[in-house]
Amino acid sequence: MSRRIRRKIVNGLALGMSAAATLVGLLLLGALLWSLLDEGLAHFSMNVLTRMTPPPATPGGGLLNAIYGSAIMTLIGIAIGGPVGVMAGTYLAEYGRHARLSAVIRFVNDVLLSAPSIIIGLFVYELVVVPMGNFSAISGAISLAIIAMPVIVRTTEDMLNLVPQGMKDASTAMGAYPWRTIMSIAYPAARSGMVTGLLLAVARISGETAPLLFTALNNQFWSTSLRLPMANLPVVIFQFALSPYDNWQQLAWAGALVITAAILVLSIAARVVIARLSPAKGRR
Amino acid sequence: MSAKTGDAAMSGLVAVDPKRLAGQRLTERIFHGTTLAAALLVLALLGGVIVALLHGAWPALARFKLAFLTRQIWNPVTDQYGALGAVYGTLVTSVIAMLLALPISFGIAVFLTELAPSWLKRPIGVAIELLAAVPSIIYGFWGLFVLAPVLQEHVEPWIISTLGAIPGVGVLFSGAPFGIGVLTAGIVLAIMIVPFIAAVMRDVFETVPDVLKESAYGLGATTWEVIWRVAVPYSRTGMVGGTMLGLGRALGETMAVTFVIGNAHQISSSLLDPGTTISATIANEFTEATTKLYSSSLIALGALLFVITFTVIAIARLMLLRLNRRALSSV
Repeated sequence: MSRRIRRKIVNGLALGMSAAATLVGLLLLGALLWSLLDEGLAHFSMNVLTRMTPPPATPGGGLLNAIYGSAIMTLIGIAIGGPVGVMAGTYLAEYGRHARLSAVIRFVNDVLLSAPSIIIGLFVYELVVVPMGNFSAISGAISLAIIAMPVIVRTTEDMLNLVPQGMKDASTAMGAYPWRTIMSIAYPAARSGMVTGLLLAVARISGETAPLLFTALNNQFWSTSLRLPMANLPVVIFQFALSPYDNWQQLAWAGALVITAAILVLSIAARVVIARLSPAKGRR
Repeated sequence: MSAKTGDAAMSGLVAVDPKRLAGQRLTERIFHGTTLAAALLVLALLGGVIVALLHGAWPALARFKLAFLTRQIWNPVTDQYGALGAVYGTLVTSVIAMLLALPISFGIAVFLTELAPSWLKRPIGVAIELLAAVPSIIYGFWGLFVLAPVLQEHVEPWIISTLGAIPGVGVLFSGAPFGIGVLTAGIVLAIMIVPFIAAVMRDVFETVPDVLKESAYGLGATTWEVIWRVAVPYSRTGMVGGTMLGLGRALGETMAVTFVIGNAHQISSSLLDPGTTISATIANEFTEATTKLYSSSLIALGALLFVITFTVIAIARLMLLRLNRRALSSV
């Protein structure tokens, strides 16, 4: 066989396999979404959104308290993690861009960004749950804040770095202090990118389960107290899915659909915001 | 503009109100201080995690010392704990996941950068990125209800009768088809990290300058040769970094595994048997830990997981550090 033909065959095989790999990957992921839609819609009704979680083996009931709990804890998580993350990202991008300290913080932040979330749960358990004496919604929100923060630090810094230095210099030349430049020039210019970061962080924490297992725990009833355990979608899905009761398992399917749909909508919204930011670089 | 207001503006510029200036200066100090404090909080968080884990793990570590790492026993009744079974499960499921996910992710990245027509590139790329955002509990849930029954009825019996019959490696694939177990956990993990690794690899591939690829094409190289001999060597560090980031995810993943691993602390020679991982053990048992030593042992497991994943992630991040940070925005 001539060398040329052999090279062509190798080329064809390799490229064929990569196309096949893509097909396999997409098929598996398609199968996942399909069963989620199929089973989820089959067990979805307005009750899911309007009724409380039912006792085992009792027909009816929904996920209202869990949806409420997830929303509240995600909101508080972002309300804590957001400002802190934005401030830290501002330091990295503006005040300490070239400082050695920033290089260390950047690195640590990147590590936290990929650290296993269950470890954050253990940390908050030691930090909040043990001193408080019981599981509570606020400890769940704090662990979500800790998970959201690195995401926001990272996107804030990246987006502020995209603001042309000339704009900031012009502001400084007018006599503005750095804080004035950051507030009036850098933040407005980087706004849509920073909003994207916040949305991505919300998407990330609204599906987190592991850190809530031993912070917020779960609550079968309606509770709005931040000092008590609070129901939340991921933990309810976990508990219901592993239960032997049919009605719980069916609710778990509906819950899985709700959570996935919410996260996909958030991620797509983030993409739309960023596409508006830079039509030229709208690749992702 | 009349001469008069012009003068006023001029004088306004020259004669700055000292009170306002002091106010500006104070705001500047406060703002700078707040941002610095927030940035330092990131460091404090990491320090706090280490201190909290060590503090919580101390009773168990003091009691069992190094034997904690080498013993397989996990018995809440006699209050005896060892991490070996969970560590074994963590490593084996991650290895299985990487073995399956790497070739597929590499294929997807190659397809997206070199093969796909431009009208396909964007939709597939976006789909992959969106799937990387699906929470891990969904993967675990799906694994338990959809994948495990399929594996149990169709795939595992076939594996047992073919691979299980091979002398030597057969031990790994013997036993009964449970559906859930170490192999299933590895497969679910693989499905979960494929979108993630593929997205990183694609980003890394796109850092290869077109000129390099074009000169290789100009010399008559085939597409595959350009990928294998030009793009891959050029982006080697980034690819290894991205892969290790995926490994870090697999090692620390909790929910995708907990559903399908079967929670058995004994190490079984067969991959089809149930096992456990560090994170699955913590997730399953932490709220049920009755004695102080029990919960301390679970936190010690967490500390161990932290050491393992921290090492992997730190190496990955150091390798990716050299790349343009912007190019890796999907990480």
